[in-house]
Amino acid sequence: MPRVSPGYFDAASAEPLHPAGRSALVGALETAWADPARLYGAARSARLELDRARSRVAAVLGVRADEVAFTASGTQAVHLGILGSLRSRRRVGRHLVVSAVEHSSVLHTAEAHERDGGETAIVGVDETGRVDPAEFAAALRPDTALACLQSANHEVGTVQPVAEAAAACRAAGVPLLVDAAQSIGRTPVPDGWSLLTASAHKWGGPPGVGVLVVRKGTRWRSPMPDDEREGRRVPGFENVPAIIGAAAALEAFTADMTAEAPRLSGLVDMIRKRVAETVPDVQVVGDPARRLPHLVTFSCLYVEGEALLTELDRLGFAVSSGSSCTADTLRPSHVLEAMGVITHGNVRVSLPRGAEASAVERFLAALPDAVARLRAAAGVTGA
Amino acid sequence: MRFRGRSRKDEAPPQDTAPPPPVAPPGATPPVLVIDALGRKCPIPIIMLAERIREIPVGQIIAVLADDPAAHTDIPAWCRMKSQEFVWEETLPQGGWGFHVRRSY
Repeated sequence: MPRVSPGYFDAASAEPLHPAGRSALVGALETAWADPARLYGAARSARLELDRARSRVAAVLGVRADEVAFTASGTQAVHLGILGSLRSRRRVGRHLVVSAVEHSSVLHTAEAHERDGGETAIVGVDETGRVDPAEFAAALRPDTALACLQSANHEVGTVQPVAEAAAACRAAGVPLLVDAAQSIGRTPVPDGWSLLTASAHKWGGPPGVGVLVVRKGTRWRSPMPDDEREGRRVPGFENVPAIIGAAAALEAFTADMTAEAPRLSGLVDMIRKRVAETVPDVQVVGDPARRLPHLVTFSCLYVEGEALLTELDRLGFAVSSGSSCTADTLRPSHVLEAMGVITHGNVRVSLPRGAEASAVERFLAALPDAVARLRAAAGVTGA
Repeated sequence: MRFRGRSRKDEAPPQDTAPPPPVAPPGATPPVLVIDALGRKCPIPIIMLAERIREIPVGQIIAVLADDPAAHTDIPAWCRMKSQEFVWEETLPQGGWGFHVRRSY
């Protein structure tokens, strides 16, 4: 089993491998290692297991198996989904609509599209990080090739109005791509989209598996050189054992979440309330009700995000931050920026399956002192 | 479009969120105190603002000079949180911005 400490609260980066995913993966390493494109016995059985995994994922997502392609990551699914859509609709136009709080994989693809001579419209969000569906609809034009909206935000947990956006897109004849990486397995799949992307390691599957769903009747043409794999949608030899592990994990994780998501949501409510009560000068961000069940983000004034993460790590808690300034991201989180909320001192807590209430309690007990220590060290005298 | 990632030195800092008035509003009061936080990373400019706003009389203006792009979001957000009044923002000729805040209590 993966070694996961009780203080691991970063499921939004990686959900620990689900036991059902692990046993399916280990079994498949023995039985499904051969090339599924070949014709001898071992290859045919790898093909059979791959297709069974595809059917299982399709059933959970409520789509047809031949609409599902496996990629090497959620990011690759987004790249292929967006670029393939844009390519197939080039005659319609080169206008792309995205929300301001999409995952970096979406926004980087939009940047690449612009460098390539295309045009991008960015739809802003309110202070909770939510897109206004009317504003999203208003951004659609006759030459819009594709619109992209996440199911829920990866940094603050706010759920987006996908059904409304999908209705507007349908009325305008524009395909909608939904990046559902943060919500698949945790909340029901929204309806009405044309393309959907997801990532297995967010639902307790192994890393290295993404999902690209292209609904029947949706135009899509590969932006990559020709390749026979995955219905000509994804180039390269499939990681069959990991895909099999991902499918088993998705079924088990989704079943677990029937009872587990409400429990985690209760813990998130507790964190939202207690952090606001016990930490001075703190802002809990994101929509308090229309949110993912397992994720909460808050910002502590006058504290550097990285220093706070390091201090919490020292105390045994693994969390993430939108304020982290690494070598290649010298700017604060584009999500917090778009919301117009404090970008420094940011902490994202995302609870994995089985997160213990007692560990959350310990975190809540340790946090106020950790923040106070860092403020004192920075010379903040209580503004 | 630009959202984050490597910013090159020769590139203008991105200003794609809620642009405050780029020029002094008519009849703008000059600041009675100017804090130089140029070259300091957030949250330092906010810490300096929070500390020193108490030095000016209620109703007067304090200006914070900063060039960390995070200050763009953080100073107006701090004002909303603390019920202080964010008045306007100027672009400095040497790079960076001056953020003008009125002490409201």
